Order: sequence, then C-alpha cells, then structure tokens
Amino acid sequence: MFQFTPPQVDIISLLPVIIIAVTGALGLLLEIFNPHTNNKSIAILSGFGIVIAALFTVFGMDSTVTTTYGDLLLRDGFGSVVCLILLLVALLTVFFSEAYLREKEIPYGEFYPLMLWSTAGAMIMVTTYNFLMIFIGLEVLSISLYVLSGLSRSEEKSEESAIKYFLLGAFSSGFLLYGIAFFFGGTSSLSLESLSTLSFLTIGTGSTSHTLVLTGIGLILVGLCFKSSMVPFHQWTPDVYQGAPTNVTAFMSATSKVAALTVFSRVLVASHAFEASYLPVLFCVAILTMVVGNFAALAQKDVKRILAYSSISHSGYILVAILAQPYGVSPDHSTLLYYLLSYSVMIVGSFAALTALIHKGQEDTSLASLNGLWKRNPINAFCLLILMLSLVGLPPFSGFFAKVLIFKDALGAGLLPLAIVLALTSIVSAAYYLRIAYSAFVSEPEGVQLESKNPLGAQVTCILAAAGVLLMSVFLSPITQFFNR
Amino acid sequence: MFFLPENKPKLIKGIAFAVSLITFGISLFILNEFQPGNFHFQLMEHYYWIPSLGISYQMGIDGISLWMVILTTFLGVVSVALSKYETRRLRIFFALLLLLETSLIGTFLALDLVLFYSFFELLLFPMAFLIWIWGDENRKLAATRFFIYLFGGSILMLVGMVILAHQTKLATGHISFSILDIQAAAANGTLWKGAFPLEQFVFWTLAIAFLIKSPSFPFHTWLVDSYTQAPIGAVLLGALIKTGVYGLIRFCLPLFPEVQAQATPIILTLAVIGILYGAILAAVQTDVKKVIAFSSVSHVGFIILGVFSASQIGLMGGVLGGFFHGVASGLLITLIALICMRRGSRNITAFGGLKAQMPIFATLFLVALIAAIGLPGTNGFISEFLSLLGAFQSGYAQIGGVSVVFAIIATTGVIFAVIYMLLLMQKMFYGPDDNPKIQALRDLHPWEIAIGVAFSILIFVGGVIPSVFTRTMEASVIATNLMAQSGVGDRPAWKYFGESADPPVEPDASNANAALISSKHTSKKIFGREVVTLNR
Repeated sequence: MFQFTPPQVDIISLLPVIIIAVTGALGLLLEIFNPHTNNKSIAILSGFGIVIAALFTVFGMDSTVTTTYGDLLLRDGFGSVVCLILLLVALLTVFFSEAYLREKEIPYGEFYPLMLWSTAGAMIMVTTYNFLMIFIGLEVLSISLYVLSGLSRSEEKSEESAIKYFLLGAFSSGFLLYGIAFFFGGTSSLSLESLSTLSFLTIGTGSTSHTLVLTGIGLILVGLCFKSSMVPFHQWTPDVYQGAPTNVTAFMSATSKVAALTVFSRVLVASHAFEASYLPVLFCVAILTMVVGNFAALAQKDVKRILAYSSISHSGYILVAILAQPYGVSPDHSTLLYYLLSYSVMIVGSFAALTALIHKGQEDTSLASLNGLWKRNPINAFCLLILMLSLVGLPPFSGFFAKVLIFKDALGAGLLPLAIVLALTSIVSAAYYLRIAYSAFVSEPEGVQLESKNPLGAQVTCILAAAGVLLMSVFLSPITQFFNR
Repeated sequence: MFFLPENKPKLIKGIAFAVSLITFGISLFILNEFQPGNFHFQLMEHYYWIPSLGISYQMGIDGISLWMVILTTFLGVVSVALSKYETRRLRIFFALLLLLETSLIGTFLALDLVLFYSFFELLLFPMAFLIWIWGDENRKLAATRFFIYLFGGSILMLVGMVILAHQTKLATGHISFSILDIQAAAANGTLWKGAFPLEQFVFWTLAIAFLIKSPSFPFHTWLVDSYTQAPIGAVLLGALIKTGVYGLIRFCLPLFPEVQAQATPIILTLAVIGILYGAILAAVQTDVKKVIAFSSVSHVGFIILGVFSASQIGLMGGVLGGFFHGVASGLLITLIALICMRRGSRNITAFGGLKAQMPIFATLFLVALIAAIGLPGTNGFISEFLSLLGAFQSGYAQIGGVSVVFAIIATTGVIFAVIYMLLLMQKMFYGPDDNPKIQALRDLHPWEIAIGVAFSILIFVGGVIPSVFTRTMEASVIATNLMAQSGVGDRPAWKYFGESADPPVEPDASNANAALISSKHTSKKIFGREVVTLNR
C-alpha cells in the first residue's frame, strides 16, 4: 500500500525566504500603481522587508542541524549566517541604488523586486542539502541577475553584459544539472547527506557507482566554478561586471559569489571521503585563480574591470579557505564565513563609492575618471581608500584578519604552498588596489570635470562599509563566536 | 587634523609642532622611568584582543626599543619643524606625518606579532602618500616602488608569523602571537623541536622583510628613490629604516637560536657587500641626496654586521649604530634638504663655494660629515668600532659562523666613507663661488641652527660619553645575544612584567651581568675615550 505521509513542516526555516519573496511581489504591485514617479517607497519597503527577514533569520538560528519539508530544506548555523550576509548585501545595495538609478536615468522600479528574488534564490541555495533545491535556488538567483545586468536597456554595454551572462550562465547550469544527473545515477539520491555517508569502502558496492559519483561531483563543481568565477571559468566576469549598472555589479559580485562558494563548501565537506581524487585539481584551480586574477587586474584601465579581476582573485583566496577549513564531525566554518562577510562588505562598499562617477546618464569608470574624486566627493574617496587598503589585506582592517585566519587554517591543514601563493599574489594585488586609491586621492583631474554631487545613500553605504571593515577586526572574537554558535 | 581649517597654515603647523613636542617630552619621561640593568620589558600594557587566536594588545619597552622610540620622537619634532616650508594641502600632510610617527612608535613598542605587523604595515601608506603627493619630479615611481618593495617583503613575514604562532601552539598547547610566549618556547628548545627546515624557512621570511626595510643590499633601491624624492619633512625616513634593524634584533635573533650559525654568513656577506657597494656608489653620484642615500646603505651594512656578529660587543655596536646613524643621517638629511630647497637643485655641480656664503651651515655640515665618516669623538666612531670589533672577535674565535674576512673587508668600507664624504664636502663648499645663484643664498635661520645644534650635541655626547646610552641598553643587549647564541637551558627568557610585583633581577640576568662585569674589567683607553672591550 502506498502511503503518503505529509512532511514535517518547520515554517521558521522558510519564513525569511517567504518574507523576501513576498516583499518583492509587493514592491512590484507598488510599482504598477505608482509608475515611474517615485521609487523611494519601493526602496523603503524593500529595506523594511530585508530587516524583518534578517530578524527572523537571527530568531531561527540554531546550532543543531534540522531538516524540514521532507529533507528539502535545512536549518543550521552555517546556512543562517550566510543568509544574514546575503541580506546585509541586499540592504547595502538598497541604500545606494535609488540615487544611482535615477542619475543613470534608468529609474525602473523592477530593480528592487528582482534583487529581492535573486536574494531569495541565493538563500534557498545555501539552506539545503538537496541538489534539486540547489539548482532551483541557483536558477532563481541567476535569472533575476540576467535581467538586472541588462537593466540599462539603451546601453549597448549593458545589453552585451546581459547576453553574455545569460549564455554562459545557462551553459554552466547545464554542467551543474548534468552533474546532478550523474550523481543521481550513482547514488540514487539527490541529497548531499547521502554523499557524506559514503566512503571509498562502501562505494562501488551495491547500488552505488564510483565513476558516476565522481563524475557527478566533478561536473557539479565545474558548474559552481562558473558561478564563482574561478579560473579557467572566469572569462565572463570582467565583461559582465563592467557592462552591468554599478549597483547591480555590487550586488551580483557579492551575492552570487557568496551563494556559489557556500554550496561549494557544502559539497566539499560532504564529499570529504573522495578528497584524494579532487584535491590536486582544486589545488591547481586555486593557484591559477589567484595568479590569473591578480596579474590580469594589473593590465586593466577600467576600475570596474580591475575590481572584477580582483573579485576573481578573492574567489581563489576563498577556495583556499574552503580547502583548508577543518573538516570532521562539526566542520568549523568561521574562517570561510568571516572572509565571505568581509569580502561582501568591501566589494559592495567599493562599488557604492564608484557610483559617484555617474553623471546624467553618462558613466565613465576608467581610472582617469577617478582622478580628483577626493575634491568632488571626499567621503566616498576616503572610504574607498580604506576599503582598498582592506582589500589589499593591510592591518588593522578586516581584510587582513581574514587572510590571517586563512593562513592559520592552511597551516593546520598542511597547505603551506597555497598560503605562500596567497601571500605572494597579495603583493601583486597591492599594485592595482593602490592605483585606484592613488587615482582617487592624488592625481589631479584632467579635462572636463564632473560637478560634485553627493547622494546621501552612497555615502551612507560607504561609511557603513568602511566602519564595518574596521569594526570587524576589532570585534573579531565575538563575530567568530557568533559564527560557531 | 582633518577638522582644522585649511586656510590657517600657522595654526595647523603650530598644533602639529606642539603634538610632536609633547610626544618627545613623554618619551624623555619614559627614559627617566626606565630602570637600566633589567632586560625584561618594562611599562607593559596588556589587553586581550582576540583570545581565540592568541592575539592581544601588548606593549612594552626595553633597552633596545627605548632609544628607537626617542629617536623617532626626536626626528618627529625635526620633521614637523622642517615642514614649515610645505605649502600645499597642509591638513592632510601633517595628519599623515603624525600618523607615520605614531605607527613608528607603535612598531617599536609592540610585543605582539600581529600588533607589530599592524603598525609595521600602517607606516607604509602615510609614507607612500607623503612621497606621492609632496615629493619631487619622479615621485610616482618612488612611491609605488616604496610601497611594493616594503609590502612585498612583509606579506611573507605574515606567513612566518602565523607559523610561529602555530609552533607555539604545538610547543605550549595554546596559540599565542606574543613574542614573550614564543621566545619562552624558543628558550627552552620546544619551539623548533625537530622542525629545523621550518625554522629556517620562518627565519628567512622574517629576515628578508627586515633586510628589505633596513635596507640591506640587494634590496636598497627603494631607499635611494625615497630619499631622493621625499618631501623635506620626511626626516622620519631615517627612523623608518630603523624598524628593519630593530626587527632583526627583536625577532630574528632571539626566536631562531638554532639557525644563527647557518644564516649568519649569508647575511654578513650581504652586509659587507652593502658596505662596499653603498660606499663606492656614493662616491660616484652627482645627486647630493643620492650620495646620502647610498651612504645610508653603507652604514646600515655596518649595523647589520654588528647585529649578526654573534658577540655582545658587536650587537651593542649594532644597537648603538641604529640610534647613532639615525641621528647622524638625520642631521645630514636635514641639512641637505635645506640646501637643496634653497638652491632648487640636487645636482652636485650646482654647488661650490658655499663655505664663504654660509659659514654656519658649513660648520654644521662638517659635524654631520665627521660623524658619518666615523671620526673618533663622534658617535659614528663608537658604533662602527664596536661592530667591527665584535666581528673580529667572533671571527677569531670561530663562533657563530662569523669569519674574520668579513671584518677585514668591512673595515675598508670606512676608507671609502672618507672618500665620498670628503668629495662631497669639497665639491659643495670649496671651489669658485662666482655663481650668482650661490651668492644669493643666505645662511640658516636661527631655528634651523637650533635643530642642527641639537643634533650635534647628540652626536658628540654619543661619541664622548657613550655610556649614557649603553647603560640602558646593556642588559637587553646581553640577554638578546644569549638568547640567540647559547644552547638550550642557558637562554634567558622574557617574563611578563607584573608576574612579580617588584621585578627582581632574574637569575639569568644576574648571570649575564656577572658575565659582563668579568668581561669588561679591561677598559682600554683608545683615542682618549673609554671603550668597553672584552678581555681576550
């Protein structure tokens, strides 16, 4: 007799995602009734929704791992903290988007709902063990991002960015799905949990197949490498980051990377038994990503492209953190989480500072256009300086401690070569980050200068980010304790 | 400083000067509080910062860092005073200058590796910006080179530091970045037990960072650029390069006792090459600032020779040299910066016959010059003599991997110093003075003379009664040398101040003192000055 037992439902787990999605829908309704006149109400509504969702996430935080909806959703400390990071990114983006979109003359209200749904997708992605859920979350995240990167409809660059992102994104989704199919074929399960119970001894016997599972994991990792722009799957990143509107770039550089790398970490932790098969490959990928990302950034003339390549190199650093994190019964994710948080704040803050370059729909993000930002926009310039120093990894900012934590983990895991490559490539990164800081601070402006304009939102975001990187290093202990709770 | 109005230059300069003067006063107060004869850190402050990682806010001072701090605050006052001549973007200029001074002092006082590293890196960006915004014509290249060189050197040091903390965890069971804990583990031999290759690796990550900063040959190119391009107020650069020497003494000696014998020949080779190379290049420069820069490279070679001479005398020479060279080169840089600013050129051929035109300037320059050549009676003599003596002693005794060859070759560097300095003097101050631009030059202002005289007093006090300085350094120098050179069990270890309310002389320290007393009972009179020498 077939018996259907309704799954246990734990509404708290899903509530933040529901709130975000519903807020998005409400925002869209608001846009219909209030077209093109005032998007401020949508922005405020979105911010409100994000804060409530964050409150529920904190409320639902639990160190014990619980699954619900028939094991489709998962509630654990790791996932909850990542959700908080994602919500923080969304909130920061809301702060500075309105003024920017208005000045770029694309004041479409859709931006907020799309951004919220994208966040909801990312949140689903990081709170599940189930591969299908991961895939659904990834698609929700990505499809919204494809639309967002083409938001500036009249601009060729933005169109190009959207098409490129869409084609390559679809391609990578294909890889991921193909990998999931192999995985299912090998284990007759879609859950990562089934993977962690396997080991080399049990695999290959009974219904499981060694080759299928390994091929599946490999393809899944390739798909995730695409999303988190690891070398050699990074080519789309600079073009997309440059072409997309700056606030979208800020959002996507943090959100899609945080989500993809979290899943990356989950997959690696679960498939720890097969470490020997994939470690050499990932070792090479990490080194390549750090080296290519940093050296390619040196040759760039456009700030957004520099930051795109820098975000590639940060993917490499984070991959080192993932490979080095202490595995075992209760894996300690605090290094990874600290780095993700620190990276998100730095990158969103940096792009927010760059929104000062927009003027009446014209946006020039070359290095030269940054010249003299200090005079036009002192707060943005000063915060940009701090964020650049933090991205380089200079103390006393959080970027430094994030790297120290990685070094510590890497030594503990016996990955000294990766730590050395990380250190050496950081030297290279100093050259291009400082070029940005120098341009903003030192170089005298050439040619026609934009008039000074200081939208409050961007300044607030910059100040929050700059203060954030400082406070994160002062309160490192409480933060890591919070992560481990 | 940001809150001061930009349009009141006098107010900005006044406040900056007052701040630097107060700092100098405080450092003198510390000197007064300091108890000589005790090698432990004094006036310690200790707060936990990140307990889970063993990172704490820990500051303290000993006989070695004491004089570095005083040098920094003194040069800080001079720096701010000289910056009277700056006219552009004053607020940020003085903010950066004071930030630089702060981070320098922090570097010398920090007893926690992460804290040390923080200050060590923090000094890069104010200096880079000072050069970039207010420097001379090639400032962009100089600033970039400055930053990349120094940042590049120190990021590997970070890896080394994390390994140190990790080894401490293996040795003592709890992770710690405090050099007191790490050194304690090194002293009882547990830190590097069975990990000799790792010890070598970490030693070199730290040593290279400090050699770059010192700067030792072949890492000196950044210094030449920075000296040449830096704005007039950057006399602090003289204190900045002392962080390198200080790092070598503070970290590379006590924490890696087993590596010393192998590393010493390599470092000494670099030091000796630096002495000769710097001196020879200084002799052929046409840019007066470059002469000073290369002479610094040469002098730093002497300091490193002393530090790694594996003897107490030599180490004392190195420590003294760190302070004395800071003073002597400080005077030289000050004078050269003043004259180049007035003349509007750095080319040596643009000068000539200055003696008749600027007699006071010429006198002060002569003082700086004899100190730089190391004429007896000036501080340069004492430190270089002690360094060479230490190297000779260890070389004869065949200890610590030091060879006499190093000392012999290094001694010839003194001759080259005479050559380039006298050449400089001759070209600048003698010869025809028919150039109308030279004739238009006026002598120094009274306040500039006051600075010069203050430097000169330090130079002669250091030369005539060095015991003023050595008295406070002695215990620390001896302890550091023992930490580096003696076997397991004989190495002294730093103690937390406050573990015993009234810090008594520790057993090791009293041994060390006894060793010193027995060894210095022959005090030779050399050139009428008392020099402490070991009884061979």
